[in-house]
Amino acid sequence: MSPTSPTSMMDESIPTAQTDEVVVSPDASASSSTVEKSVRLSAPTIIDINNVDFHYGANKALHNIHFPIKEKLVTAFIGPSGCGKSTLLRCLNRMNDLIDGTRVSAGSIKISGVDIYHPSVDVIELRKRVGMVFQKSNPFPKSIYENVVYGLRLQGVSDKARLDETVERSLRGAALWEEVRDRLHTSALGLSGGQQQRLCIARAIAVEPEIILMDEPCSALDPIATVKVEELIHQLKQDYTIVIVTHNMQQAGRCSDITAFFYMGKLIEIDATEKIFTNPSQKQTEDYISGRFG
Amino acid sequence: MDLSRKPRVRLIFSRAMDIAVGFVTLAALVPLASVLYMVVRKGAGNLRWSMLWELPPAAGMDGGGFGNALVGTLLMVAIGAAVSVPTGILTAIFLTEYSLGSKSARLIRFCAKILSGLPSILAGVFVFGVLVINRDLHLWGWNFGGFSAIAGGGALGILMLPIVILSAEEALLRVPRFLREASLALGANRTQTVLHITLPAAISTIITGVMLAVARAAGETAPILFTALFTSYWISSLHEPTASMAVLIYNFSSVPYDNMVNMAWSASFVLIFIVLVTNIVSHLVANRSK
Amino acid sequence: MQTETAPPPAASTQWIGDKKAQRSKVFDAFFSWATFAASWGTVALLVWIALQVGYAALPAVKQYGLGFIVGREWDTNNDVYGALPLIYGTLVSSALALLIATPLGVAIAIFLTEDYLPLKVRSVFKFLVELLAAIPSVIYGLWGIYIVIPITTPMGNWLNAHFGWFPLFSTPSNGPGFLPAAFVLAIMILPTIAALSGSALKTTPQALKEGAAALGATRWDVILQISLPIAASGIFGAAVLGLGRAMGETMALAMLVGNNNQISASLFAPANTIASLLANHFGEATGLEVAALMYLSFILMALTLGINAVAELILERTGATTRHL
Repeated sequence: MSPTSPTSMMDESIPTAQTDEVVVSPDASASSSTVEKSVRLSAPTIIDINNVDFHYGANKALHNIHFPIKEKLVTAFIGPSGCGKSTLLRCLNRMNDLIDGTRVSAGSIKISGVDIYHPSVDVIELRKRVGMVFQKSNPFPKSIYENVVYGLRLQGVSDKARLDETVERSLRGAALWEEVRDRLHTSALGLSGGQQQRLCIARAIAVEPEIILMDEPCSALDPIATVKVEELIHQLKQDYTIVIVTHNMQQAGRCSDITAFFYMGKLIEIDATEKIFTNPSQKQTEDYISGRFG
Repeated sequence: MDLSRKPRVRLIFSRAMDIAVGFVTLAALVPLASVLYMVVRKGAGNLRWSMLWELPPAAGMDGGGFGNALVGTLLMVAIGAAVSVPTGILTAIFLTEYSLGSKSARLIRFCAKILSGLPSILAGVFVFGVLVINRDLHLWGWNFGGFSAIAGGGALGILMLPIVILSAEEALLRVPRFLREASLALGANRTQTVLHITLPAAISTIITGVMLAVARAAGETAPILFTALFTSYWISSLHEPTASMAVLIYNFSSVPYDNMVNMAWSASFVLIFIVLVTNIVSHLVANRSK
Repeated sequence: MQTETAPPPAASTQWIGDKKAQRSKVFDAFFSWATFAASWGTVALLVWIALQVGYAALPAVKQYGLGFIVGREWDTNNDVYGALPLIYGTLVSSALALLIATPLGVAIAIFLTEDYLPLKVRSVFKFLVELLAAIPSVIYGLWGIYIVIPITTPMGNWLNAHFGWFPLFSTPSNGPGFLPAAFVLAIMILPTIAALSGSALKTTPQALKEGAAALGATRWDVILQISLPIAASGIFGAAVLGLGRAMGETMALAMLVGNNNQISASLFAPANTIASLLANHFGEATGLEVAALMYLSFILMALTLGINAVAELILERTGATTRHL
């Protein structure tokens, strides 16, 4: 899918512009014993973030962010509140466009080789390809069925059979089908918090995106619902590239393949998740992981 | 340690003021009670059902009703609503969905607030100057000149517009931002988001605002006094003087004929019934949606 | 699912949707244009109203100039027009109404924002106070004629008989006049003042009140020393807005003020206001009188819109939300 040739995480695809801050451990693959992991790290790049600066008005929220996101892997963004991880996530489907006075002031973000901030890009098309799941589950005040088909209806699909098929497929994909199949036409607001969040995931995958962004998807859920969503993330990466922002480091450890640590608007370190959690190369990362700040 | 209550000047003063503000609040409701009592006693007491469909009596005559005035009021309010409701809702959508926080939104909101403070009679003066005074104002094959239901309805529309704008804006602002984001994240454009998500979520509150605007317009007298004027006959077109409940009450309020004064009270009863029902219903709807 | 490995290169580089997407894009453009047009239409309407009234007043402005404002006659037969008694009547009746309504409105606001009543009872009271604003002014006028005037007339006569030397009581009352008009006007603007003062009072931080209470302050120590000073500019804005409303009010005044173009210091003397004269004369006006009435309208508009603009600016600064009652 990507025009970029498969590259290993540790060589040329990692920034050189800020080598003082983002240090990629030269022994990343050496420390990984499994074959699976080297496969992961050599997956093709789907999102290419190039030296991005981002401003909220006069405040610079992101400083020279530069790294690739690999296809069909789960990439977790971690870091203390206000470190810019959510901001970066919202750059990937241009949700920040909705906030006055924000702009990507330098660099570029390419998805499948297309610069998504280029004027010729239709942001609506972009958002169809890059789905998003929010921190707080936000089903529409409509029926479960209508929630799932919302994106398709927008695209003008009215074929009943196709809508039905999409509803079942998406709800199955979101591990919700068995729980709601008998009440598809009742209000989505009657679902529990965890079910609502899975419905939001179903709604996102109904439009068949290539990438799903998740902004702290479990922060409002109880532990049992969280486990279900995490299991779901595991399944989803068969088909989708997933980028997840999380506050919960155990969660990053459990469900991501690659973890990026941000601090004060800067990317401090990015590496295989096991590596970040067991043997981070940066002192700040280690401090954060071990709970010394943030 | 002694924590028992001791009478102290400050405490006594405080209690006295407590009682005073409570008393004032109750006292303020006395006029309301008095108005309602009078309207029910004098209005409902004299109300005959036939009043709802008969024509006003000639001076000094018995019987009659205010059927033409009721029709005229409903007609002119409908004309006003037809103009102001779509415009007002579109404006509110522009303010909340397309230009939130911008300078032009602030200017437009300010103008809407100023317009809401426009004395109602000036809406009549404006329409008088634009339409009524030109006895022959032919546009698109219609005559808009002279006293007419169109002129009266237009004046009412001007008064309804800011109420619709400001209440619809409030309703739209109350729709949580995350619903809009969810829709946009699924690839909806702004208009699709407005029509499929934001507007349906706000619609019951918007209808409340529209109802209040309608109730207010139904009771307005000054703007239609010299735009729709009055007539004792049924209207046959939108281009002739038109009777209304409010103007009927005004005209019949200080005549020396008991029958007409009683009819003014009965018309007040009908009018206040409409206004109160609208207000109570919209209050309940607003409370439910909170 | 998601079996295709790459989108067609054209779509990948252009990112342009299919025909349906194009159509919804056109509709999006059309709809946002419509909201834009409606919004600026509202602004244009306000400007148009001002220009139209000003333009129609031009003949009278040319004829009478600023002398119109100090003229005391309104003689339709001889085309002599002066606005002084009307401006006086408008200012005095609104000022009287404001004098009555402001303390009452603030008292109601205090009663309904401090925790005197359980929330449910409070919302019923709030609704009842709001209902005062919902009653059509023509019905207030009718009520005023048959209830208020029969009360104020003997009261006025008694005051005149015993305190006639005092300018405010210098004439007997024969019914309509400033007093009943101002009283009814006060009732009409009371809900506006109460609602806006209430939202100004609510801006006082709870922590501040609790802090004062913790130091042993009584409820009214807190209200007088903390809540009211903080809410002062919002209450001032509310009063100014109430003044604007009162000056523009028409029907209740036309029915209660007496429609007599004179300037008298007495509270019981019949008088007239701009709005009430407009209501009585516009229907039959022709020729130069129309222009004179337009001139009068323009004065009323300048007064009320100016006052409203000031009030809105004050309220906007204080952050109290405007309730459009």
